[in-house]
Amino acid sequence: MSRYSALALAVKALGGNRTWPRVWRDPEPKPSYDVVIIGGGGHGLASAYYLAREHGITNVAVLEKSWLGGGNTGRNTTIVRSNYMIDGNTRFYEKSLQLWEGLSRELNYNVMYSPRGQLNLSHSKAQFDAAARRGNIMRLNGIDSKAMLRDEVRRFAPYLDFSDQARFPIYGALWQGRAGTVRHDAVAWGYARAAARCGVDIIQQCEVTGIVTKNGRVRGVETTRGAITANTVAIVVAGDSSLLARMAGIRLPVESHVLQAFVTEAVKPLVDTVITFGAGHFYISQSDKGGLVFGGDLDGYNSYARRGNLAVAGDVMAEARALLPHLSRLRVLRHWGGTVDMTMDGSPIIAAMPVKGLFLNGGWCYGGFKATPASGWCFAHLLATGEPHPLISRFTLERFERGFQLDEKGAGPEPGHH
Amino acid sequence: MIRIDCPYCGARDHTEFSYGGDASVPRPDIACEDIKAWSDYVFLRDNPRGAHSEFWHHVNGCREWLIVKRDTATHEVAAVLPARGNMP
Ligand SMILES: Cc1cc2nc3c(=O)[nH]c(=O)nc-3n(C[C@H](O)[C@H](O)[C@H](O)COP(=O)(O)OP(=O)(O)OC[C@H]3O[C@@H](n4cnc5c(N)ncnc54)[C@H](O)[C@@H]3O)c2cc1C
Ligand SMILES: [Zn+2]
Repeated sequence: MSRYSALALAVKALGGNRTWPRVWRDPEPKPSYDVVIIGGGGHGLASAYYLAREHGITNVAVLEKSWLGGGNTGRNTTIVRSNYMIDGNTRFYEKSLQLWEGLSRELNYNVMYSPRGQLNLSHSKAQFDAAARRGNIMRLNGIDSKAMLRDEVRRFAPYLDFSDQARFPIYGALWQGRAGTVRHDAVAWGYARAAARCGVDIIQQCEVTGIVTKNGRVRGVETTRGAITANTVAIVVAGDSSLLARMAGIRLPVESHVLQAFVTEAVKPLVDTVITFGAGHFYISQSDKGGLVFGGDLDGYNSYARRGNLAVAGDVMAEARALLPHLSRLRVLRHWGGTVDMTMDGSPIIAAMPVKGLFLNGGWCYGGFKATPASGWCFAHLLATGEPHPLISRFTLERFERGFQLDEKGAGPEPGHH
Repeated sequence: MIRIDCPYCGARDHTEFSYGGDASVPRPDIACEDIKAWSDYVFLRDNPRGAHSEFWHHVNGCREWLIVKRDTATHEVAAVLPARGNMP
């Protein structure tokens, strides 16, 4: 597996680009590994990479039931940011943003991190005050943020509706300049390639159908390609977290819901940053190909369908039009859904499970893409040492019954409302 | 659109209703002092892929709470009952 570089590009081009090697190996599963990671999304692959790279544990398999990144990693709207304000979240997401900043170099794979900034709009004085408070907390944690009033927002993003007809006039915004987008597929492929180079086996078309336990200890997994033994098993399956946990007799504080995303036909550069609407649930950015990428609310009920309902599609388009009226003539080319694992407090769970040797990295709700690098980095530490890294010490399973929820939105134990 | 056949109003689009979550979790007796029983009730869910029993409130209709049996993978509705008298 050769290194990617300008020189390699030139040499391979001379050979008609016919001699590029496979990006990662495609091995048969071995009967036994030190660590089995279930789920070949960004989080599972990042965990495998940091296990090998930071902790020297390379006898590792990542088992993916379909293809790499075919879950939420390849379905999200690619936004990364670190504007969290609750202790336990703030530094974790900032660590992730710092890892994004150096990730292409670290992986020798261009993940196209684009720090185009994010503008979080507020539409009333009260909302702006709350946003400014968030911004201050971020700054106290050393994270960049800036509060802007209407005139400044207008100079910055004149294409938003600043007319007298605006249904929800813009009052101000909170800006994070280092936020932006990252190419989601490249994250899965980059981590897969880098992990494989360290010796990790990446096995696609291999569904885990059972978790084998004995005397309260995990012994391995049953898969569609045979049984595999391992003393450490990690569940990293996003929307399917409850199904996998149940194989080990564990119930989770999680509901699976569908979130949709939409892409329009390509237009010339228009939206040069990431924008979130504060009077509803809507966010938008523009892809490098020119399509406007946007999304909004969950469909609103438990669902594993991975496709959304048209009522929510209509709501999201109405919000788009309220914020950027000139989008009304654009055609939506594609839309899809992903099954997201909504927790009871809207924050993730990265922790040891009640079965010894079994770990969970899940509950990412609809905002886990940005967390991919830090999640993998901290989870690898947990898998290797058995101790939670300080950055994830609050992401426990016990926090719910003990009353230490991390509820950024203050929505209470209603998974669909976070 | 999911169509929910309200026993009081007839078949309506799901957008007339508000979702109330899993209807299979029994609420502990009010005198129960076992903190574990309460936290399980508030926080833990089976979250199945397939048959699911769930609350819907016909908020833009008769305003009755209903229990809907729906498949979470196909959205097929198997039964709709009044919540009154059918609580877990
Ligand atoms: C429409 C949408 C938009 C989003 N937008 C954003 C955003 O802008 N910013 C952001 O930060 N986050 C966003 N998210 C959330 C983000 O995509 C997820 O939190 C994140 O990608 C989860 O990554 P993962 O690796 O945990 O899961 P996934 O990528 O879903 O990977 C889990 C993998 O596990 C596999 N699997 C499941 N069961 C089994 C089994 N039994 N055996 C083997 N393999 C199995 C699946 O096939 C899947 O590939 C969005 C999500 C959606 C759906
Ligand atoms: Zn009714």
